[in-house]
Parts: sequence; structure tokens; C-alpha cells
Amino acid sequence: MGKFRTKSKKGVQAINTASLPDIVFMLLFFFMVTTVMRETTIQVKVTLPEAKEVKKIEKKSIVSYVYIGQPISTLQSLYGSEPMIQLNDKLINEEGIPSEPVKDFVLAEREKLDEADKNKMTISLRIDKNIKMGKVTDLKQALRMANALKINYSAKKDYNTEVY
Amino acid sequence: MADIAFLLLIFFLVATTMDVDTGISRLLPPMPEKDQKTQTDVKERNVLVVLINRDDQLMVEGEISDLRQLKEKTIEFFSNPNNDPDLPQKKLEEVDFPPGASSQFPDGKANLYISQGVVSLQNDRSTTYGKYLKVQDVLVAAVSDLRNQFAMDYFGRKYDDMDAKNPVDEQIMEGIRNVYKMNISEAEPKNIGGTN
Repeated sequence: MGKFRTKSKKGVQAINTASLPDIVFMLLFFFMVTTVMRETTIQVKVTLPEAKEVKKIEKKSIVSYVYIGQPISTLQSLYGSEPMIQLNDKLINEEGIPSEPVKDFVLAEREKLDEADKNKMTISLRIDKNIKMGKVTDLKQALRMANALKINYSAKKDYNTEVY
Repeated sequence: MADIAFLLLIFFLVATTMDVDTGISRLLPPMPEKDQKTQTDVKERNVLVVLINRDDQLMVEGEISDLRQLKEKTIEFFSNPNNDPDLPQKKLEEVDFPPGASSQFPDGKANLYISQGVVSLQNDRSTTYGKYLKVQDVLVAAVSDLRNQFAMDYFGRKYDDMDAKNPVDEQIMEGIRNVYKMNISEAEPKNIGGTN
């Protein structure tokens, strides 16, 4: 009775994967184009605070970043656990107002910008929410001395619906 | 080929940071000149004193408050609806809007009573940054509420819904910003060991 074929032997047809490389390449190019590599490694722990009235920073090219937080655990043996300011790759370990390093940093960052953008330079302050204000006030004073007056307190959008 | 592409894809997936940068923008006051006396007399009624102590407690005009009360008080302070003599003075000023944008100001010139109030924010060196930013956030929220209300009354839509890239809207927004100014003054840090 070989006239009847048993269907069960064939199993499920394999999916045609010929288009898979195309899809993967498309995704690959998308990510290659959109990726912006970080230039500096962050050496301090920063948990950003949350706020409701945050605005997006429109032009990222005119923004320079300053971080304040505890050194990351691998660097704590070197620097201790007191909060520190990070400018580019340097950690600053100064009592009082860090006017000299901040001035150097601001000048270097301003030098990178186009002539037209020089006075629009914004300093984004990425500060851990548990840091005491003393350190922040010192930094702000140093920025004022360096005449970098446009700042932006970096914060995450707070989606909590509780109103105040 | 597809394997290599996969590998690269995974690499870029991991390396990509998609975070958008958000935050609250501020303009620091310039450093005072050395020989300049920075004593400007501001009437007491025009100042809302906000203090944050080292235990992150909030005091508004001499009363311990929470963030909700701070917002209410700030809104009342800047709007001063009943012209209370203890709340800020208002000055008649001319504000420019694009002509025809509002039925109330057909030629674009608006004469409005604008509050002269300033919020004075002072904090201790041991206040946490998180609390400080929360207070800044509430102050921004209060002014933003007032701007939205004003925009609703005169232009029929919220300030937040206006498009800053549209030139007409941009002009309206600038006008509204002049009506409700974000006047926050931060005290010079006191324990500063001699400038420079």
C-alpha cells in the first residue's frame, strides 16, 4: 500500500533565511551611523537626580560635561571615597574652590568650538544626588571665575505623577 | 559574512548610548568686580526667601514648608492676585507680542502689570544636591504654571504647547517670558575664603 505517503515524516518546512543577512546589515549600518562614542571614561559614580521640568539639550556640540561624585570602586583605593570633580579625564582633589583647573578646562573646551558658538558654550553638570552642596557651590564659583555662566543641571525626567 | 555582520551588530548595540541629555538650564551671575559694591536695595516685600538647611528642611518666608507649599507660595508670590501690600509690587510695562496673535492685544502692544518679585534661594554647604535640585524644579514648575495660565487666558493654548521653532510662537513665548520672569537669585556663598 505504498500509494499513500505518510505526511508526518516531512516535518515543518524550514524558514527561508536568505534575507537575514540583509536585515542584519541594515541594522548594523543603522547602529554604526547613530553611535556616538564616549570620549572620556567616567571615573566617578553619578546617580542623577530626578526633576519634572527638565528640558532637552538641543545642541550637543556646544555642551561640555563636568561630573561630581564618589570615585568608582576601583579607584577608591587611590583617591578615597570623598566626592570628587571630574573634568575630562582628570579627577580634581582640591580643598576649596578649584579655580585653576576649571579655568584651564573651560578655556580648552571653548577653544574647540566655532567662533559663533563660543559664547553659547554650556556646561552640563552631572552631579550625584547625594553630594553635599558645598562641593557644587565651589564648582559654581570656579565656573563664574572662568566666566562660563551657562550651566545645565543634568537631571532625569521624573515620571512620578505625584504633584506638588 | 552574516556572522561577522552579527558580531559587529552586537558590538554597536552594546556600545550605543541612546540617552538624551535632559536637565534644568540656569545662567550664573557674573563675578562682581573687585571694587564694585554689590548692594542693591530690594524692598522686603519683593523678596521670597527660600532656605534649605543641612538636614534638607525647607523654610519659606520664615515658615517650615514642604515642596507643595513652596509651589503654592511661589505662585501666589509672583501673581499677587489681590495686590496684597506684603506681596511684590507690580510695575506697568509694555510687552511686545506679534500683532494679531491675541484678540486682547490686536496691535501686539500689551500694557501689563508685571511683578517685581525675586526668589532668594540660600542653602547650606551640607544640603544634598538632590534636594537643592528638587527646590529648583519646584520653582521652575511654579513659574511654568503661571506662564501656561497666562498663555491660556490670552492666546488660547498652553505655553508648553507652543513651538519654539516657529517664529511667531517664539515671539509670543519671549513676550510671556517677559511677563513672568524667572527671577531666582542665589546668595553669594558666605564661607568663601577671600575671592580668588
